Order: sequence, then C-alpha cells, then structure tokens
Amino acid sequence: MVTGLIGRKVGMTQLFTAEGVVQPATVLKAGPCVVAQIKTVEGEGYQAVQLGLVEGRATKENKPSQGHFKKAGVPATRVRREVTVAAGAEGVKPGDQVNVSIFADGDRVDVIGTSRGKGFQGVVKRHHFAGGRATHGSMFHRAPGSIGASSFPSRVVRGMRMAGHMGDARVTVRNLRVLRVDAENNLLLVCGAVPGGPNAVVVIRKAVAAKPVRVAQVEPVKKKGKK
Amino acid sequence: MNAIELVEKAQTVERPEMKSGDTVKVHVKVREGDKERIQIFEGIVIGLHRGGTRATFTVRKVSFGQGVERIFPLHSPTIAKVEVVRSARVRRAKLYYLRELRGKAARMKEVRRA
Repeated sequence: MVTGLIGRKVGMTQLFTAEGVVQPATVLKAGPCVVAQIKTVEGEGYQAVQLGLVEGRATKENKPSQGHFKKAGVPATRVRREVTVAAGAEGVKPGDQVNVSIFADGDRVDVIGTSRGKGFQGVVKRHHFAGGRATHGSMFHRAPGSIGASSFPSRVVRGMRMAGHMGDARVTVRNLRVLRVDAENNLLLVCGAVPGGPNAVVVIRKAVAAKPVRVAQVEPVKKKGKK
Repeated sequence: MNAIELVEKAQTVERPEMKSGDTVKVHVKVREGDKERIQIFEGIVIGLHRGGTRATFTVRKVSFGQGVERIFPLHSPTIAKVEVVRSARVRRAKLYYLRELRGKAARMKEVRRA
C-alpha cells in the first residue's frame, strides 16, 4: 500500500463535535494521484513510489518528462512527490490510482509542506529573542546582543542564531488527526494547522511516529475471600 | 461552491434572523453527569460576528445587578433553540456602550417586528 498522498491546502474552518466542542480544521484537497514510477531496492537502492497529483489541466512537459510519464502510461502531472510503500505490500504498479480512501477518520497523519516565506527577519521574530526595553533610556531594543567572546575563540561559533531569511522552508507537522475523509470530493479534513498558504502543495502521509490510541483499561476484579 | 463552503454547509443550523438590540432567549443544553437539560439564557444581542460556521453572537444580561455576557457559536449543537423575544431600534452594529450604562439609561426603544 502507498502510505501517502499529494494535496493542496484549501484553507481552515472549524467543526463541532457532538458535545459542541469546536475543533480547528484544515481542509485539504488531496489527490487523486497516479503512480508515475516505482523505485526498487534493485534499481534505485530504496523502495518508494513517485506520485503525480492529477489536476484539471494537462501540463506541458519537456521531452524527457514526457517520456517519463509515457513509460508509466499516465497523463503528465505538474506536481510529483515521492512517498514510501508499506513494507511487505507488493502489487503497486505504474499507472495505479491513489486517493483519500487510504486514510480513515481518526487516523494520525504527518503533513509536509513549505512554510510561508517571511523574508529577512530579525532575531526577535526569527528566533524568539526577548529584545530589550523600549523606553526608560534603554538603547537596546531588538538587537541580537553578544555573539561570542573576543580573543578566544576569535570566531563566531557555527549555528549562532542571527537575523536572516525566515520561512519558505520544508516543514513537517506530525500526528495530525484526520477529522473527516470525503472520497467523493477528494477532501481531507485534519485537526490543526498545516504549513503554507492556500493552494500550497502538501504531502500527507501516515504518521511515522503515531502515538498509540489510548483505550480505557478495565482493572481486573480481584476476588477476595478464601480459595 | 468551494471546498470550505461544502464542508461548512453540513454544519450550519437554521437560526432565526437576529440583529443587534434584539432580546433573545437562548436555549442551551447543559450536561450534568449523564443527564441533559435545557437552560435558558435571556438577554440583549450586543453583537454578531459573521463567518459561515464560525459565526458567533454575544448576549448580555444583568443578573442580580451583575452584568453577564456570553458569546455563543451560532451553529453550535449545544444550542437547542434561539427565540427572538423583541427588537429595539439601535444605531450601531455593536452595542458595547451598554456595558457602561445601567438601569434606566440602558433601556431601548422597542420596534414592532413585521
């Protein structure tokens, strides 16, 4: 079985539970996807599947890409991503369709996307530095402060948190709960936020480190008295 | 219809037309243990916050001389029913100025609904 799917973020809304508790929900338009390539241990050194996100319009591809899709016998897709295959599950062929029905309500999923770009940001926003006082004669506002000692080590240690480009990076949000699967409209509702803005491409995969679902344990009744 | 509207449509509940200045009775479901009963919260609507299933409304009442405001999600399943008791002529959408007024000054001129 293919363990993931490509989708696009639609936006956020909220859902009520039967008890009236409001849950934040992200609506994802996920799939349908086609298998464009199978990667094998013999061929590529690892096992995976390349998926293509089928969207309304046919995309124009260059000759090498056209050949790639022709080999799999699928229409050309603009967005392609790689997902893993569940161990021991064979029988995924190029050209196979994958849709949201690989997920079920209550499943845990990881969502991988590209965060919104924030541009060049200072340390207060980028690394949550506290900054200094605004008033009372303070001359230290949003500056980073000391970045190290002087003659020793005579350099700035690697990885020092400084101002710079923020956002527009690959972000994985783990263990989001699937609230609803709508196979008819290819929609997936997950509880919580997902990186990127509307229309952002995301990969939804089964959670790699899902916490076990807690089930209420019934204490075994100890019998008192003589045996 | 976009995907969000599609998702929200299933959640929306039919509610009576409400405006700021209306006096409403909100029938709230209250859970006590495994029993459920209806509690009525009656007061003046001092604001509506629209937005699909995310819409809310604020109801204010004065209870034993103490002002009480509750913000209800309009489409919440915990609200059994909303009754509009009467309407008043108001000149703003948000009646936050009522918080500073009490007694006679907080009265409003009633309008008959068609």
